[in-house]
Amino acid sequence: MSTPLSTPLSAPHDTKAPAVRMTGIDKRFGPVRANRGASLEVRQGEIHALVGENGAGKSTLMKMLAGMFAPDGGTIEVGGRDVTGWSTAQAISAGVGMVHQHFMLVPTLTVAENVVLGREPVGVATFDAARAIREVESLCEQSGLHVPADRLVADLSVGEAQRVEILKTLYRGARILLLDEPTAVLSPPEVAELWKVLRRVRDGGATIILITHKLDEVMHVTEHVTVMRQGETVARMATRDTSPEGIAKAMVGRNVDLGVKVAHGGARAMGAPALEVKNLVVRGARVERAVNDVSFAIQPGEILGIAGVEGNGQTELLEALAGLRPAVSGAMSLGGFDITALSVRDRGDVGLSHIPEDRHRRGLILDYTIADNLILGQQHRFTSGAAIDVAAVMAHAQAKITEYDIRPTEPLLAARTLSGGNQQKVVIAREMSRQFVALLAAQPTRGVDVGAIEFIHGELRNAREAGKAILLVSAELREVLSLSDRIAVMYGGKIVTVLNRADASEEILGPFMTGARREVTA
Amino acid sequence: MNANVKRTIEEAVLPPLVALVVALIVGDLLILAYGQAPSAVWRLLVDGTWGNAYGFGQVLYKATTLTCTGLAVAMSLRAGLFNIGAEGQLAAGGFGAGVAGLALPAGTPAFLAVPICVMAAMLCGGLVGAVPGALRAKFGAHEVIVTIMLNFIVLALLNYFVSAKLHVPETLHTPEVHAGAMPRLSNLIGAFHGSAANWTIVIVALAAVAAWWFLFKTRAGYELRAVGLQPDAAEYAGVKVGITWRNALIVSGALAGLGGINFVLGYKGYYEDGFTGGAGFLGIAVALVGRNHPLGVVLAALFFATLSQGGLAINAMVPKQIVEALQGIVIIAVATSVPEVRRILRNAVSKSGGQN
Repeated sequence: MSTPLSTPLSAPHDTKAPAVRMTGIDKRFGPVRANRGASLEVRQGEIHALVGENGAGKSTLMKMLAGMFAPDGGTIEVGGRDVTGWSTAQAISAGVGMVHQHFMLVPTLTVAENVVLGREPVGVATFDAARAIREVESLCEQSGLHVPADRLVADLSVGEAQRVEILKTLYRGARILLLDEPTAVLSPPEVAELWKVLRRVRDGGATIILITHKLDEVMHVTEHVTVMRQGETVARMATRDTSPEGIAKAMVGRNVDLGVKVAHGGARAMGAPALEVKNLVVRGARVERAVNDVSFAIQPGEILGIAGVEGNGQTELLEALAGLRPAVSGAMSLGGFDITALSVRDRGDVGLSHIPEDRHRRGLILDYTIADNLILGQQHRFTSGAAIDVAAVMAHAQAKITEYDIRPTEPLLAARTLSGGNQQKVVIAREMSRQFVALLAAQPTRGVDVGAIEFIHGELRNAREAGKAILLVSAELREVLSLSDRIAVMYGGKIVTVLNRADASEEILGPFMTGARREVTA
Repeated sequence: MNANVKRTIEEAVLPPLVALVVALIVGDLLILAYGQAPSAVWRLLVDGTWGNAYGFGQVLYKATTLTCTGLAVAMSLRAGLFNIGAEGQLAAGGFGAGVAGLALPAGTPAFLAVPICVMAAMLCGGLVGAVPGALRAKFGAHEVIVTIMLNFIVLALLNYFVSAKLHVPETLHTPEVHAGAMPRLSNLIGAFHGSAANWTIVIVALAAVAAWWFLFKTRAGYELRAVGLQPDAAEYAGVKVGITWRNALIVSGALAGLGGINFVLGYKGYYEDGFTGGAGFLGIAVALVGRNHPLGVVLAALFFATLSQGGLAINAMVPKQIVEALQGIVIIAVATSVPEVRRILRNAVSKSGGQN
């Protein structure tokens, strides 16, 4: 086998034909038309953004390019060659590589072993580990993706693991890289590092297609942007000729308020806190003290945002507050009422509302109807005797579907059939319409489209105006910055700093999030 | 409501229909392979089952037990648990009914004796179900392993009790019950004469309705199904998942146990070692084909009972093992094909401009 190292970065290419041209692509999954006449044209050697709301058909389009399934109609050309309906194996050998959102790495193998997996250099009938390491190191050198080749993947940070994924793709000779939401799990410094790497890979002659939700990323690194809406391609623009507002408008089909309204913040009447946590310690699945001696208090009418890279104890903190995970020590109180020993249901009855971070795992029963999901957690309030009061459930559903503009408006549809944004609206509608003192809002806009984000942010602001205390946990730093009155940063299970909104910015928070800075404030 | 009816039909009625069609097609091929004419064999099968009162009575009798074990498996599957223990629970239920009927003084009026025996059957089945339930809730012990193993323990224990303490000499069955025996249906409709069909069928039909009401109309059923679909979401909704699991297996065991009265009170009048004859295991197939819906379970039970009784009828022309082969094929066909069938139908509806 010829060494794959020579191909990825310096392959000669015809600069006239576009790297990728997809025209008139149709794809249908049962009753759902994922793509209808979608098109995409990507030039050689550019970074091209593919944006659109959830369910706009971006991933479907990319999976067809990567050979994971064939289109029902339309043609796909790569480097001027018609490749419509090819297989993944053909796509890989033609240099199209997909970097998945969820890493597909073997944690117990080294970086080098993971990179060469499936194309292992073979010595005399055995795996040539030394050569694998040499090859991977030289690939790191060429591409500027620096990862120690002999480390175990289990010991890598998320950013490093992602670099391994990209290396893997390059090792297989990819000249067209497809990245599906690559920054979802990265901290700001890691994101900056990723852009550097991608630019370098591009400068080496590769073409990069970036699927993303984040418009600032589009503006920052791409040359062109293709916008999809409801399975169709609605715009293709040169990035420098457009603006985030222009892209958002194309995505949603109307004007969208992206405005980062700085919270009013400032001095608040310091009465009794609505939600208070004292010296909380929570055990994690693998870590002894996933939440390590955390204390904070939230006033009525205040949003406390928790910033931090995922996996630093935020999930365990929220689960402990919600009653889903026992506290090892410490105390939690709601409106002055000690809730540390209460069950999930009792906490809800005392006045705790909870938008869970994963609506597919916790927030919704996907096979239940919209109506049934709108009473989840409050099913004991919709009964007559032992039976569920169906009339009350339906009336509740009709009211909430109208009030929160949930679409489609049929209450007996399964939640599974809704788009991500509408699923989240069901969760929001349910949690906002119960009587509550404090709200735990975990990743409230994850994976939802621009229009729904605007709506959900509005709901959170309204709840604050209504005097609710809100604990906001989000991996989106911009979201934390735009909504919070105060911002706490979690790192390694501890709150490493608490800042007033006016004193915080991405630059200031970044070092705290990576653990480079810490100042434990009282 | 229309959408609800449609969903019920899709979930509960379609799979048994698919099972029927598959059985017909594969059965044709098998019969042809034996050099017989399919139409003649099928006619024989229908004549021997739905075609005469005796055969139909036998089908009803067999379907009664299968409905109970099918409901038992369906109830546990709705909670996300796989109860393989219906065989032991069925036996325990029959034993409980038999012992209660023996313990009651002769001449106890039926309105007292029957409920007591029925309760005893459900209690014993429920107790056997409670063991894996409690172990799962407390220690996370996997219910598949525990229920399988418990079958052997329960059947061996019952065998010991019967052979050491309770048997009529030279047999492996207990003396006849003093009270609580169910009248045969033939007392009401003479044509059923000779068949084992008895009033248990009414109790079991009520149990099926109750199971449907419980699963789909009550808060406890809402929570049980939530636990089965997404335990993490149920926990988020304030449901105690472990307790729900335990209770589901108790109810499941009680439903299987209820099936025991069919043989013990309705047919023979005594408990006999080995009377279950695999009806507990066949309950898994019944629940699978019935898609864990009580209505589907009843239809699937009728279907499997027809096959079982029909096997005897066609034995003259082809080996009755053909129906056992059919059972296996139907199970595989339903398990693999039904989501497909549903998807195809849905496409057809959307293509023809139907709703949604």
